[in-house]
Amino acid sequence: MSAKLDLKLHVWRQKGPGDAGRFETHEMKGVSDHISFLEMMDVLNEALIAGGKEPVAFEHDCREGICGTCSMVINGEPHGPLKATTTCQLHMRHFKSGDEIWVEPWRARAFPVMKDLVVDRNAFDRIVQNGGFISANTGSAPDGNALPVPKTDADLAFEAAACIGCGACVAACPNGSAMLFVAAKASHLNHLPQGQPERAARVLGMLDQADAELFGNCTNHYECGAACPKEIPVRVIAELNRDYAKAALAVEEPRAAGGGDG
Amino acid sequence: MKLDAKIPAGPLAEKWDRHRFELKLVNPANKRKFRIIMVGTGLAGGAGAASLAELGYQVDAFTYHDSPRRAHSIAAQGGINAAKNYQNDGDSVWRLFYDTVKGGDFRAREANVHRLALVSRNIIDQCVAQGVPFARDYGGLLDNRSFGGAQVSRTFYARGQTGQQLLLGCYQALERQVGAGRVRMHVRKEILDVVVEGGRARGVVTRDLVTGKIETFAGDAVVLATGGYSNVFYLSTNAKACNVTATWRAYKRGAGFANPCFTQIHPTCIPVADEAASKTTLMSESLRNDGRVWVPARKGDTRPPHQIPEAERDYYLERRYPSFGNLAPRDIASRAAKMVCDEGRGVGPTGRGVYLDFADAVKRVGKQVVSSKYGNLFDMYANITGEDPYSVPMRIYPAPHYTMGGLWVDYNLMTTVPGLYAAGEANFSDHGANRLGASALMQGLADGYFILPYTVGDFLAKEGPSKVAADADCFRAAAKEAEDRTKRLMSIGGKRSPDHFHIRLGKVMWEKCGMARNKAGLEQALREIPAIREEFWRDLRIPGSGADLNQTLEKAGRVADYLEFAELMCRDALVREESCGGHFREEYQTDEGEAVRNDRDFAHVAVWEHAGDGAAPALHKEPLVFENVQLATRSYK
Ligand SMILES: Cc1cc2nc3c(=O)[nH]c(=O)nc-3n(C[C@H](O)[C@H](O)[C@H](O)COP(=O)(O)OP(=O)(O)OC[C@H]3O[C@@H](n4cnc5c(N)ncnc54)[C@H](O)[C@@H]3O)c2cc1C
Ligand code: FES
Repeated sequence: MSAKLDLKLHVWRQKGPGDAGRFETHEMKGVSDHISFLEMMDVLNEALIAGGKEPVAFEHDCREGICGTCSMVINGEPHGPLKATTTCQLHMRHFKSGDEIWVEPWRARAFPVMKDLVVDRNAFDRIVQNGGFISANTGSAPDGNALPVPKTDADLAFEAAACIGCGACVAACPNGSAMLFVAAKASHLNHLPQGQPERAARVLGMLDQADAELFGNCTNHYECGAACPKEIPVRVIAELNRDYAKAALAVEEPRAAGGGDG
Repeated sequence: MKLDAKIPAGPLAEKWDRHRFELKLVNPANKRKFRIIMVGTGLAGGAGAASLAELGYQVDAFTYHDSPRRAHSIAAQGGINAAKNYQNDGDSVWRLFYDTVKGGDFRAREANVHRLALVSRNIIDQCVAQGVPFARDYGGLLDNRSFGGAQVSRTFYARGQTGQQLLLGCYQALERQVGAGRVRMHVRKEILDVVVEGGRARGVVTRDLVTGKIETFAGDAVVLATGGYSNVFYLSTNAKACNVTATWRAYKRGAGFANPCFTQIHPTCIPVADEAASKTTLMSESLRNDGRVWVPARKGDTRPPHQIPEAERDYYLERRYPSFGNLAPRDIASRAAKMVCDEGRGVGPTGRGVYLDFADAVKRVGKQVVSSKYGNLFDMYANITGEDPYSVPMRIYPAPHYTMGGLWVDYNLMTTVPGLYAAGEANFSDHGANRLGASALMQGLADGYFILPYTVGDFLAKEGPSKVAADADCFRAAAKEAEDRTKRLMSIGGKRSPDHFHIRLGKVMWEKCGMARNKAGLEQALREIPAIREEFWRDLRIPGSGADLNQTLEKAGRVADYLEFAELMCRDALVREESCGGHFREEYQTDEGEAVRNDRDFAHVAVWEHAGDGAAPALHKEPLVFENVQLATRSYK
């Protein structure tokens, strides 16, 4: 039932932001096809430590495809070859013995490499700070069922809310644009009645911040949608563009950017 | 150590209201003069940080993650309980309270649990207002399901990603306060110590995970919302970085640790298939609403499942617990699975597995309905195992999942160290010896949104500012200790990785202090753990430098603390000579294998006080008084 794979792994090594970085090649023998890609990286790292070498720094936490921490470009594709699958959920049975595998960090101007495969994605947090929320102080909420939400709206909101903030969309985009991320957040909140009061400010605030973070422009390649492990639909980008056009017309509205009143 | 639970007087249902009235308030204009240190930004910490900042306090929030949105809370699948009674099926605050006390096998504090049930309703309102996309019915109203041993439908959910949606709501509220300048968010910073001086918590010592720099932060109150310690078993359903460091360090600084042996083994996880496995994956127990659990009736029956006729299957949960059937609580379902596997009736390559079968559900409602309910879970299962659960029954096996034990806290969530609080999974407060499904999210958010904002304020109003700066002697001394410890870890120069030791520790804990425990095994574990620890400090190898992003060093520090903590856990399991909830002592069971509690001698919280390295910790007891529910043998038959 279980097969053993021999692989040639080319892994990106970079000491820090100032280092140019390079690929390092490792021959992996007898890798079990029952394990996940990250477990294969664990095996590599244990071997490196045993040999007195520094293991490859890479990010991960839940290993269940939900926390959005793992982030590897595998053979040129963010999160690797499998559709709708994060790196941590990619299993070795999808590879075959003799394969050469190239592993790199997310590459984007707004996501500087910190070490090896680890990049800094805090730009996403700053985008959320700039309007990616509904202002609802604790304690002020009406009964949960006071405001029914039509199921279609709830479903559209949910579909967008499924974004795990991993940044694969940015890594996949030739322009390094964060459009799918921003649009997913906007679509989630803008489809809900609770999200209406701050709708315009939200869209303008998040887009401003995305510009400030040096994310590129969206020129409709839609590589983002193809790379997204949660299959966030690219319709959210069209929605954002519409919202932006409307909001830009009404710029005199006060903005929630920067947090609004607490 | 004096344990004063500070339970308010008066009838149960009025305690919280009365207490809120009696708590002192900080003048609104003075709130910004206080600084609160929030360690952890999962559901408990994120909700607490956001709510305290909204009130006007200055908050310093810390996480070792790169963003608060990554906290382990995000992984919760199934749902969150609340006594809304939207389904009109007989739920009430009282029933949720009762179910939780009973589910916890009568080892939780009544007053805390009642308050939890009470505020559960506000949580849902709050989350809806934030835009959390809970499941809704066609009329646009909130939908519920029944979950984890409850006979009413009180669980709110967002497909299989309730944790992620609740955390995003809380994260967004938090980021809003970061944007407003009221929360200083410190990411990639790990707390290595809590600073206690003059009988009060003063702040924390952190290590910057990128630069390796050790820093100190002072505050007027410190909250630890740092999650649970299931990873003491190495393999668990928790995220890889979950650790006991913050609470363990607090323990070593004088905070009592309560019921460390109360851990929950979750019945529905994917069995481990390879020795390189790095974790166990949970399959939400909501699956037990429609899936039927069974094993072959006959030992050694290796036929594939579809070839085993109905009459030769043992639906053992339905057989043993006819009224709860497949929905029997977690501890009971886990033990029952262990029992059939011990009898040699387990399935799968290792024999440690049981079937969770959806054939009947598919027949009854069709594949499409099953898929709309559980689609993403089925996909996850297929992805990990390579098997299609629509046509072949899932295989599941219990795995460590949640820890009911944690820092002892009083009714105000304050530990035995004044000014030091613990919230969420990090405290011990509400779940007794066994947590019910969908109750951890509820507790984390109750603590963060609705309890800490009041109780921390009371402390600040009464005690005033701390007035000990982050460069005071006590901070310098603690920082130096943390630095020395890091240096010591880096300089061992042995041959083995931190994982090597963690895996060994995990095996000991799983075998001797896991689903079933006994005196001889625990005593043996208490000999084995110090031996592993001694070897760790002699033979550990950490390549690279301490002044850099070094994930091996991060792991090593966490494993070092687990190697100390594990001993306390076994010690606690050893002295608790009864079976209750997740703590099953083989010596105390009926002929049918049901747990036998001993209320006369053990209706208490066991609270451990650190007595110095190498010395035996002191055991204190907080008696549990039940005035509103009658202690009874928990029966799900
Ligand atoms: C797979 C899975 C599914 C679950 N499903 C459900 C469910 O359906 N319903 C339910 O009610 N419960 C569920 N639970 C349990 C529940 O998710 C957790 O108990 C709960 O989310 C814990 O929240 P928390 O805020 O206490 O801690 P966590 O979310 O674990 O957050 C801990 C925080 O502390 C930080 N931290 C920890 N230590 C340090 C340190 N030393 N320095 C700095 N920062 C630190 C972390 O970075 C993080 O921000 C599930 C658990 C698992 C594992
Ligand atoms: S590690 Fe959490 S999504 Fe991959």
